Amino acid sequence: MKRVFAGLLAVAFGVVLLLGISASTGLFSYNEELLDDSAASHYIAKDVNGDTGEIIFGETMDAETGSANMVTSVIANYRSFDTLGEVTVLFLAALGVSLLAGSMDKGRKRRKSGFILKVSSGILFPLMLVTGIYIFTHGHLTPGGGFPGGSMIASSFLLLYLADENFRANVRGFKIAEGIAGTLYVVLGIIGLLAGGYFLINFLPTGVVGNLFSGGIIPIVYVIIGLKVGSEITGIITDMFNEEVKA
Amino acid sequence: MNWFNILEAGVSVLLVAVALAAVLSKKLLVSIIFLSALSMMAVSAFALLSAPDVAVTEAVIGSGLVTFIFVASIRNLGKAGEKL
Repeated sequence: MKRVFAGLLAVAFGVVLLLGISASTGLFSYNEELLDDSAASHYIAKDVNGDTGEIIFGETMDAETGSANMVTSVIANYRSFDTLGEVTVLFLAALGVSLLAGSMDKGRKRRKSGFILKVSSGILFPLMLVTGIYIFTHGHLTPGGGFPGGSMIASSFLLLYLADENFRANVRGFKIAEGIAGTLYVVLGIIGLLAGGYFLINFLPTGVVGNLFSGGIIPIVYVIIGLKVGSEITGIITDMFNEEVKA
Repeated sequence: MNWFNILEAGVSVLLVAVALAAVLSKKLLVSIIFLSALSMMAVSAFALLSAPDVAVTEAVIGSGLVTFIFVASIRNLGKAGEKL
């Protein structure tokens, strides 16, 4: 009886969700008329610095954020202070994991890894590392940014851990990198406060939309976030392998 | 009904099927692998819904790191958990 009731509840919830989604967008595709009425499209169409002209990739100069990726202009420019808080949350999570996992039993034997994994990790590791760096340096141009890029760097180190049972990452180096990156983010905000009057204001020229060196402080912020997230999650992975090197 | 709609319908059906498989499987390790597959299905759904930023994040974290953390936790459970 209980299970039947739970099943009915789940099905009813699914039907309500599907009806809600299809009312506004169709099952998986946009309903253009309804989309034009939504709040999001008003924000997309809103002109922000008085220039109502079309933004042309590779030609428009000195747009307000200068980022070709709309999501990035919100994350690393308009709501950059929220991102600072988000990075702090991740730091606290990593601290908690290291406090908990650091007290667990050490010296357990790690499972020997297979030959195929060992050989292929040598090929995959540099590719994953470079892809991660690419994702966060091009965060203002292409999808992705500091958080996915940093996580990809961390997962390349995870591959090394899985492939070689004697591998140890340099934990102290990662912690120093993490601390420096976090401090630089705040320092960047304070420079903005002194130069432009607001914490984390975009005080650099934004350049041509679509160039690698454009978007003012957005690429700098994303490189900082990428390095911080990468070293933090690598630290978490190291803790999960219970091999915290005693400082 | 073009090929795009068919792809979307296929992804939606697979999402539900893989989620059910993850819930109903008896072994924890099998559940985790199905959860990872569910993440990959979600990545396709996000990409089809033109949210590439979310898709990239989900691909890295959902199907990569979360899977690892779950497997590591299961291994640490030892005798309290199920025999793997």
